[in-house]
Amino acid sequence: MKYVLFLCAPAGDEETADGLLDAGPRTADWCADGPGRGADPRLAAYADEVRRRAAGRGGARLRTGADATTVRVRDAEVLLSDGPFTRADAYIAAFDVVEVADLDEAIALAARHPAALGGGAVEVRPVWE
Amino acid sequence: MGVSGTGEGEEGGPAAGASAEEAVADASAEEAVTDASAEEAVADASVERVVADAFRGEWGQVVATLIRLTGDWDLAEECAQDAFAQALDRWPRDGVPRRPGAWLTTTARNRARDVLRRRALGAEKLKEAAVLARDDEPYHPGPDGDGDDDVSDDRLRLIFTCCHPALPIEARVALTLRTLAGLTTPEIARAFLVPEATMAQRLVRAKRKIRNAGIPYRVPPAHLLPERTTGVLGVLYLLFNEGYAATEGADLVRRNLCAEAIRLARLLARLMPDEPEALGLLALLLLHDARRETRTDAAGDLVTLEDQDRSRWDRAEIDEGTALVESALRRGSPGPYQIQAAVSACHTGAATAADTDWADIAALYGELLRHVPTPVVRLNRAVAVGMAEGPQAGLDLVAELEREGDLAAYHLLPATRADLLRRLGRGQEAAQAYARALRLAENEAERRFLRRRLEECGGAS
Repeated sequence: MKYVLFLCAPAGDEETADGLLDAGPRTADWCADGPGRGADPRLAAYADEVRRRAAGRGGARLRTGADATTVRVRDAEVLLSDGPFTRADAYIAAFDVVEVADLDEAIALAARHPAALGGGAVEVRPVWE
Repeated sequence: MGVSGTGEGEEGGPAAGASAEEAVADASAEEAVTDASAEEAVADASVERVVADAFRGEWGQVVATLIRLTGDWDLAEECAQDAFAQALDRWPRDGVPRRPGAWLTTTARNRARDVLRRRALGAEKLKEAAVLARDDEPYHPGPDGDGDDDVSDDRLRLIFTCCHPALPIEARVALTLRTLAGLTTPEIARAFLVPEATMAQRLVRAKRKIRNAGIPYRVPPAHLLPERTTGVLGVLYLLFNEGYAATEGADLVRRNLCAEAIRLARLLARLMPDEPEALGLLALLLLHDARRETRTDAAGDLVTLEDQDRSRWDRAEIDEGTALVESALRRGSPGPYQIQAAVSACHTGAATAADTDWADIAALYGELLRHVPTPVVRLNRAVAVGMAEGPQAGLDLVAELEREGDLAAYHLLPATRADLLRRLGRGQEAAQAYARALRLAENEAERRFLRRRLEECGGAS
């Protein structure tokens, strides 16, 4: 099955990000723009595990919520708002797509990711197939 | 997404059990008013009793095996229900098969194959029919030949899947009761005091998540087994406590949760013979259950362990529970359930409250703290120490907990202080502590108990 791992950082990181026009220092370590390229050694361990299971199916690091635009259409009118459509206490800093046998394997990968290990969270969402 | 189909399955599922039970009653009524020979009526009634017993004993296994074969939880329930309906129809005529469980599973499997074939017709869904194709030959019960190991594995798979930690805890409990124990959705709703529609929705969502999120139908691999087993034990313990908390006037289904939890714990202990904590849980439940009837008086007021009528404790449950916890502890791998069961055995093994070996209990709580280092366990230990070494020693431990403040909102902290002070004869201070406990307690029976104690200490409530 395919799953998207939404790699969420605590909102505090994003505030730092606003100042730096980049993700906060801790988050930047684990949401580098390619698997295994961040400075956080735990990211390398996660990336190794993804490779070992041949589970990687893409993913991306995202600009912060400050750069997001949320789009809604109501009565044929396009309504835009500045910022992310996500919970206030965390934001999606990156996502990975993985293909594994079942939820237990997806959880095993998510539990190795620095986002889960250090203050943030990983939302595991099955892909609609 | 098959939601409406699920709804039908939910409503239909219970029918087999309910009608089996009703049929037993009908048969005896008919006996009195019709010309049917008494002998025949008795034979019918006994067959129907066999079907009802088979429902209690085999439902979970039939559903578990059908889920493995079809991967479809709703279809599995539907076909299991159909098999029990057929048993009710055919066993009185053809006689009860030598192995009712195997007969029911085969009948359900044949039904599933028919359904899947019909679905596949013209729908290009041949894949689904192929699932059961390998079981195409009709079932011939050999001397021993239908693989009890597979069947046991199926039930374990079902237990672990129902109790998967990715499901919300209420759903784990409900799903276990529905698919494994065979309780109907309305029964489960009544037991948990929620509207039937809410419970039906909870079950539908849980089954949908199992399918859509890819929750595997299996016994977890070795590296996951310890934590997942703890999760299963936790679900069964919660189930028991729901029933244990039910008062005398509560719905029978709710009170029967204790019996269901014991039945499931017994099954788990049999399926996991190498897991001493499964034995420990079964022992703990039996030892608690043995005292159930004496925990409240006729007015519904709490009766403390000290004042319970020990002659009314269930001796058979005590003997079984005690033997189980002893055999579990001999394996040399103690865990929270075994230790709590050992504490319970200390209580139930004492002829009178005064004979209780509190030093032993205090030591057991000390051991429990190494596994479960929580303030509540420390409070329990404080009570035991207070009994073993005198109230002052208990008060010292309570004071420590009060300083740390973790239990500030927990009514049993001031209630324990109050009890220790009462034993020291410091009535006025005890009354103050009882009043504090009363402000925090929510359960009505506990509040009445605290009020009574407060008045005994000369305080006004």
